[in-house]
Amino acid sequence: MELIYEKSVAGRSGVRIPVSDVPKAAPLPEALRRTEAAGFPEVSELDLVRHYTNLSRRNFSVDTNFYPLGSCTMKYNAKVMEQAGALFADCHPMLALLPGGEKHVQGPLSLVHGLEQQLAEITGMDEVTTQPLAGAHGEMTGIMVIAAYHKARGEKRKYVIVPDSSHGTNPASAAMAGYEIITIPTAPYGDMDLDAYRAAMNNEVAAVMMTCPNTLGIFNPHIAEICEIAHQAGALAYYDGANLNAILGKVRPGDVGFDVIHVNLHKTFGTPHGGGGPGSGPVGVKKALIPYLPTPRVVKNTDGSFGVESHPEGIGRVSDFFGNFGIMVRAFGYIILLGGEGLIEVSEQAVLNANYMMAKLKGEYELPFDMTCMHECVFSASRQLKDGVHALDIAKYLIDRGFHPPTVYFPLNVKEAIMIEPTETESKATMDAFIEVMLEAAQLTRENPDALHQAPETMPVGRLDETRAARAQQVCCEG
Amino acid sequence: MGYCPNTPEEIRDMLAVIGASSVDDLFAPIPKELRAKSFNLPAGVSEFELMALMREKARQGGTEIVPFIGGGIYDHIIPAAVDHLSGRAEFYTAYTPYQPECAQGTLQALYEYQSAICRLTGMEASNASLYDGGTALAEAALMALRITGRHAVVLDGSVNPLHREVVCGYLASLEAGVCQLPPAGCEVDLDGLMNSITEETAAVIVQHPNFFGSVADLTALAKKAHDQGALLIVSCYPIAMGLLKSPGEMGADIAVGEGQSLGNPLSFGGPYFGFIATRKRFIRNLPGRIVGETVDTQGRRGYVLTLQAREQHIKRHKATSNICSNQSLCALRGLIFVASLGKKGFADLAALNYDKAEYAKSVLGAVKGVSLVNAAPTFNEFTLRLPKPAAEVVARLLDAGVAAGVPVSGYYPGRDNELVVTVTEKRTKAEIDALAARLEEALWN
Amino acid sequence: MSMYFTKEHEWVKIDGNQATVGISAHAAHELGDITFVELPQVGKTVKQFDTLAGIESVKAASDIYAPVSGKVVAVNNKLEDAPELVNESAEEDGWICRLEVANAGDVSALMDAAAYAEYLKGLE
Repeated sequence: MELIYEKSVAGRSGVRIPVSDVPKAAPLPEALRRTEAAGFPEVSELDLVRHYTNLSRRNFSVDTNFYPLGSCTMKYNAKVMEQAGALFADCHPMLALLPGGEKHVQGPLSLVHGLEQQLAEITGMDEVTTQPLAGAHGEMTGIMVIAAYHKARGEKRKYVIVPDSSHGTNPASAAMAGYEIITIPTAPYGDMDLDAYRAAMNNEVAAVMMTCPNTLGIFNPHIAEICEIAHQAGALAYYDGANLNAILGKVRPGDVGFDVIHVNLHKTFGTPHGGGGPGSGPVGVKKALIPYLPTPRVVKNTDGSFGVESHPEGIGRVSDFFGNFGIMVRAFGYIILLGGEGLIEVSEQAVLNANYMMAKLKGEYELPFDMTCMHECVFSASRQLKDGVHALDIAKYLIDRGFHPPTVYFPLNVKEAIMIEPTETESKATMDAFIEVMLEAAQLTRENPDALHQAPETMPVGRLDETRAARAQQVCCEG
Repeated sequence: MGYCPNTPEEIRDMLAVIGASSVDDLFAPIPKELRAKSFNLPAGVSEFELMALMREKARQGGTEIVPFIGGGIYDHIIPAAVDHLSGRAEFYTAYTPYQPECAQGTLQALYEYQSAICRLTGMEASNASLYDGGTALAEAALMALRITGRHAVVLDGSVNPLHREVVCGYLASLEAGVCQLPPAGCEVDLDGLMNSITEETAAVIVQHPNFFGSVADLTALAKKAHDQGALLIVSCYPIAMGLLKSPGEMGADIAVGEGQSLGNPLSFGGPYFGFIATRKRFIRNLPGRIVGETVDTQGRRGYVLTLQAREQHIKRHKATSNICSNQSLCALRGLIFVASLGKKGFADLAALNYDKAEYAKSVLGAVKGVSLVNAAPTFNEFTLRLPKPAAEVVARLLDAGVAAGVPVSGYYPGRDNELVVTVTEKRTKAEIDALAARLEEALWN
Repeated sequence: MSMYFTKEHEWVKIDGNQATVGISAHAAHELGDITFVELPQVGKTVKQFDTLAGIESVKAASDIYAPVSGKVVAVNNKLEDAPELVNESAEEDGWICRLEVANAGDVSALMDAAAYAEYLKGLE
């Protein structure tokens, strides 16, 4: 498809801007003026609408296709939340920071506070900040809070421990917060190697970062012990909430011994992923860490009204205002709509769906860790590889059959990984259709592996040359 | 309740396939002593009750107040097509385009977005978005440290104070130095900045126009920075780029900014997007996702996420940034916004902002006891000196239904009587005249 | 001129006090299409097995370690525009940099070509 710039015709105009009701001002000095207008496309509104409507049709999405992308929790995004989000479109955040401004924005402030309270109860933490704008941003914020905590105690610790199965954001976030990384291998039973962890823990370690259930979809029964080992060395335990969907109402990270957590509103709490974002990554902490949370804090005054405060010991601002508010509206609404029982149903059905998927596929696909899984299951295409078929080939075949592929090649500790997360919002019928195609792919691997190498054939483009893209570095069109 | 579709019969069948007797069985791997000690949340409601509650909250959202405030976030027009097209479910409910063949919609749109940002800023390479203006500026600073191998930045004091706070937080974690230079009144202290560059300076960071609304030509600053082996980072207001010299034209190495003004509603602070663009030679040092052009097996043009080996999922702690989710959908809104207005419409919009602000300057500046503080030209924001503390005046006018501006004292202690006023294309002459009248009333009655 | 290998798949050719460094043909094959080589700065000094350079393919990024201690005296600038040289000729035209050897004894910790071939067999 042509680029919008290629559809541009000089002199064609799109949307009209407001008519001026003030006199034309004297021009700015030439030295400050742009010499040539920015080369934005000149298209009619219909051209524009057609272009982006047709572009959108070149996407798979949750609303059009089953999207079992492991580790991403691509659940249904309720439409009522879009209506709710739109209600706040015209609320200016700067009002909350003006002298005497708080009383004019009690609605949105009460929502921020309400969401913080909901998340604290769900995760078993004492206080929550909604400032971080995505999961990784939450991780960095959480580790900065941990650094401030140690610093206030007169300690300068150097290391953060992560398991090798962790999301790449964990070590990257800890590094941005100034720490060196110690990576612990995975033991044969699928969890972090406890002995190696014990050996690595000492009084120079600031924190251990854990995802539980981990990226293999396995609940680590030693999780409380892992927190305890950290605490004994004066280190803190960080919970990466990427997989919180599996344990809603069943386990609260705070009860288990975690000191700091982040949650991904765009995963667990059903907000749309928008083609890569926006997300939202609120951070929760135990009491001892509250003073170090970022500024500004939304507080409830004794008269029941809401105010905005900064606190001097905190790590300062990690984003400009109160977080991705529009996303927070949707998550707040989701929690109210489902209620406590609804959230428990979410984790139960998510785990049921994943185990059903696992039971149906393990005959044909290698299951490296054959045990009850939580919200996702991880297969390996190692059997198919013997016939020259990779996880990637199976993924591309699924596209031709109308399914978004699962996550492939992650986690890194499973060769040819295929990571399936159906989520609770998918029906047995949808999963059965997907399972049938997965089994078909396994059969085709034995009979005609080349057919899989050719896939996908039904999309606007076939497999793309990523090496060429990386070498050419063509990232913007001329003009 | 939780949008869970399976019937009791289906659940029974599934459990039989799994070989479990109940759903509870599936949670057996979780030891009893680790189970939740509390989960005290109210019962669920229908979407209709939820909307009633949401409407109640939105009613207390201050939307009746006429905003003459900015602070990096601006009340601009949003063409209807922006909501309509970005709301297409195929964009809205997709995820990061990891499988390019079934994500060409998102990928091509992001490539068009990157091209738009390059054209806007006069740069050569953009990523596919960052979180917001403040974090984009922090990422730019980290990028400069990586490129130069130096350990400090010079940060101009007339950069948005909220953004400065974010930058300082990020840099403090890495024990990198920050030399903050106070503004000269409302102006960027160009000489001061030039004299502050040392052999340890990775970059000079300025904002264009600055927090007080002043516009400066940064060409000489860029040259001076380059002469000393440092980079120039310019945080720019995208709407102003319809009229003002772009960072690229002035010789900047990295241009960043808050993208909200490009088609994203105020929405009480987000979601917005941060943009970042640079020279082609620095492309590998960009943080976050980048979309690149390539061809498929049959030679057809297509788009993929590229240069991924810089990113956290491959390079882990050595990645250029920890960013994973970005603000793609907001970036898409930005793209559709600039494409809706087009080359001429965008320039006209900037000119209209300038005209309205110049009119407001003349009217407000004529209020008894009020004077303009900026020595340099301004775009759509300017700073007034009032005969009374600005904080008091602002609080009083808020109750009268108008947000008159942002008092400078909140961020620059001691500058009690100064007020930064913002006038976008959405403010009418009548609203501007009314502000002047109210201001006079608040000052003298 | 003699050629040695490391367990991390770097090769080094020693010629007097000059050592030319690259990655083995085996490593280049395993990495797949190379998209970028991060060359070291001329003048940089490294200890044996320290990180010397970096190399990237589409889906992987690896460090290249110094097979011997020394000072970088030259880099293969051709790789800036043609990283594919590493795939095409890993052990000749795709060389990465040249070191001035600090300690001739370092090679005793390395494998010769025959030992490396054996080592690769063990990895299969």
